[in-house]
Amino acid sequence: MTTFFEELREHFPELVVSADEPVSGQVTIQLTGSDVTDLVRHFLSVYEARLVTVFAEDRVKAEGVFYNYYVFDRVGDPSWVILKAPIASDHPSFPSLAAELPSVNWQEREIQDWFGLQAIGHPNPRRVALHDNWPDVHPLRKDFPLDTVLPQFEGERHVFRPAHGEGVFHIPVGPVHAGIIEPGHFNFTVAGEPILYLQLRLFYTHKGTEKLFENIALARAVFLAESVSGDSAFSHGTAFCQAIERAAEIRVPPRAQFQRTILLELERIANHVSDTGAIANDVGFVIANAHAGRLRELVLGLCEMLTGSRVLRGMVTIGGVRRDWQQTQVEVIEETLSKVDREFRDLVMIVQASNSTRERLEHTGILRPDKALLLGIVGVAGRASGVDLDTRRDHPYEAYPHLPFSVPVYRTGDVLHRLQVRIDEVHESIQIIRAAAGHLPNGPYRAPAQRIPPNRCALGAVEGWRGEIVYWVRTGEGDCLERCKVKDPSLNNWPAIVEVMEGNIVADFPVINKSFNLSYSGTDR
Amino acid sequence: MFKILQKAMSVGTATADYPRIAARLTDQFRGCPEFDFDAWRDARPAVAACPTGAIVLSDRDGVRKVTVDYGRCIYCGECEQASNEEAVRMTRRFELATTDRRDLVLTTEYKLHPDGRHAALMSATSGPGVEQVGKRVEAAIHELLGRSLSIRQVDAGSCNGCEQEIVALSNPIHDIERFGIHFVASPRHADMLLVTGPVTRNMELALRKAWAATPDPKIVVAVGACGISGGIFGTNYASMGGVDAVIPVDVYIPGCPPRPEALLHGILLALGQVPRRAASHR
Repeated sequence: MTTFFEELREHFPELVVSADEPVSGQVTIQLTGSDVTDLVRHFLSVYEARLVTVFAEDRVKAEGVFYNYYVFDRVGDPSWVILKAPIASDHPSFPSLAAELPSVNWQEREIQDWFGLQAIGHPNPRRVALHDNWPDVHPLRKDFPLDTVLPQFEGERHVFRPAHGEGVFHIPVGPVHAGIIEPGHFNFTVAGEPILYLQLRLFYTHKGTEKLFENIALARAVFLAESVSGDSAFSHGTAFCQAIERAAEIRVPPRAQFQRTILLELERIANHVSDTGAIANDVGFVIANAHAGRLRELVLGLCEMLTGSRVLRGMVTIGGVRRDWQQTQVEVIEETLSKVDREFRDLVMIVQASNSTRERLEHTGILRPDKALLLGIVGVAGRASGVDLDTRRDHPYEAYPHLPFSVPVYRTGDVLHRLQVRIDEVHESIQIIRAAAGHLPNGPYRAPAQRIPPNRCALGAVEGWRGEIVYWVRTGEGDCLERCKVKDPSLNNWPAIVEVMEGNIVADFPVINKSFNLSYSGTDR
Repeated sequence: MFKILQKAMSVGTATADYPRIAARLTDQFRGCPEFDFDAWRDARPAVAACPTGAIVLSDRDGVRKVTVDYGRCIYCGECEQASNEEAVRMTRRFELATTDRRDLVLTTEYKLHPDGRHAALMSATSGPGVEQVGKRVEAAIHELLGRSLSIRQVDAGSCNGCEQEIVALSNPIHDIERFGIHFVASPRHADMLLVTGPVTRNMELALRKAWAATPDPKIVVAVGACGISGGIFGTNYASMGGVDAVIPVDVYIPGCPPRPEALLHGILLALGQVPRRAASHR
């Protein structure tokens, strides 16, 4: 770290102040100002680093400034580097990176909406998280009370970008959709069947989650993390707990690490199985979805037996897990997995034997590797388009360092390969769970409760079934949080859908959308 | 094609015959907590542990009033863990759907001991599902919709946990279509709105419009702790709270998320197809 920091000081003597490693593997670099443009370029080109997330914090009362945080990682290095850039409260603005780095487009606009810090030079600086009809408020500022009552909603006033031309039409869809899915608005610009341009309007399910994290007791906050995106309840809960555990230097007992690993992989299997069925369903192959639905119930039954909840809620906690397992329960894991393995192979066989299904999925919704990289796509969607990232391998946590697994990566980037990544990962997950259950350590399943010291910062990251979930926390007085940043992989990946829709036909939108299967609630929070 | 048929033959009938046959639950399944009000010595640990404020108390003049709201409960089990007394225990009960929001709220009063524990029970209301389950929506609606029902699901701001279980209603195990119930693509085709929450500020107008677009007579079902009360999100600058803060609700289905059988129970209750005392899983 020392040489790395000295080198940075040499290149940016005016900007870089100090480096600190409050948590092992998490380096925070304090800057003197908010203009990080050159420094970020240096990180991306010289260190070949990746910008993971950007977020802000209101420290006006405590330190007289706001901060922007830029989180980086890079291939082959398990540590995180976090740039901490102060923003003067009397000049609440910062230079935007969005023109060069499309991946921060929404994240910078979130900062504008929530903190009232202006992203100077942003190519599309309109509101994103608070819709156009909202009054001029900035909810994540400390002087904005959580329970502020805002005037009655009068309707969306968002103006979509116009498109003109002979035979060019807009097709507005949502926020209430035809299927049982979450709300969002899609505005297709079409000329006949092919789509020219897709505009997204999200944040319909924004429910003040990050603000709420600052207003409830830590023990309760775990349940809030479970409710950020219900299909990833355990992954979100675990990423949150990891952040707190690192901040407070709590050591999770080995048994709990293995239990968490097993449950994280079960969550992945349950969701990948249902996506496999849903993708087939969206091109009219209904019978495959029926088998997938049946198989998913088998997995959820195991989840219920291990945690009391079909969707793995109420299990993870700061310092471990809430419940231990009897040997008989552990034996059921192996028993059920054998059935799951067999059934899943049958399901895949049925899907792959269908030529008409394959024809609809192949070459549909192609996300090219260069675009995926530029847009900062992560998780399943990234790995189908050559982005070789997996938090489990790149920033090992829980029991993963002890378990062998491989990470499937393809470069084709069509719906078929996003499906293939899921299929490969289910097989890997089954092996991971088998190995973890076979080597489940004895001992405690939960670290003794302890007070969480105030003013500690740390980051937690988990590879959820969809991709990289990141939490960043600053602990506060009295078992509360000062700040909790939540980054769901969906936030990274929505721009990919916009990118791939161009030139595809409207009728393929459902299956393309499903092949990404992004969380609206995880995005909107 | 042969492989598909072969697989279908080998699987046979997968559908669970709920509610004719009780739901298959594991021993570990957590339903709602149950409170033995006579024996309850101290409500404070449960109140402190409850993440959603489903259990609250107020002390005044040596009297403690305790309120338990199953419309906020997420079945996490923290009250049982924290209380460390027999009087608070988790059950496997999940069929709590009701037509009256008040049925989900229990209140009890204790005379207080100087040490803050309960000295004597003064009064208590009865638990949910004892008298109220089976209370019916207007008979006219049943006659009209009883044999076939079209549901439009509206996510008014949920975390998508409830959607997962609602989707599961259509899988071969739960197969909601065997009741003549199906999900439709537009509120204009629907008899019932199945709404999850909390209702966000950004979804309020869309929910009102979906409700207005649904032809009369219509039934509204609020799903899950968040749909009933706002759940862990409650009300805040971005959340309006439960569905009935925005549109009238006929049936409430507690849970976080409600398991598919709990959803079925609530939907059938709305149709008057559930017998007065549903199978209990104590």
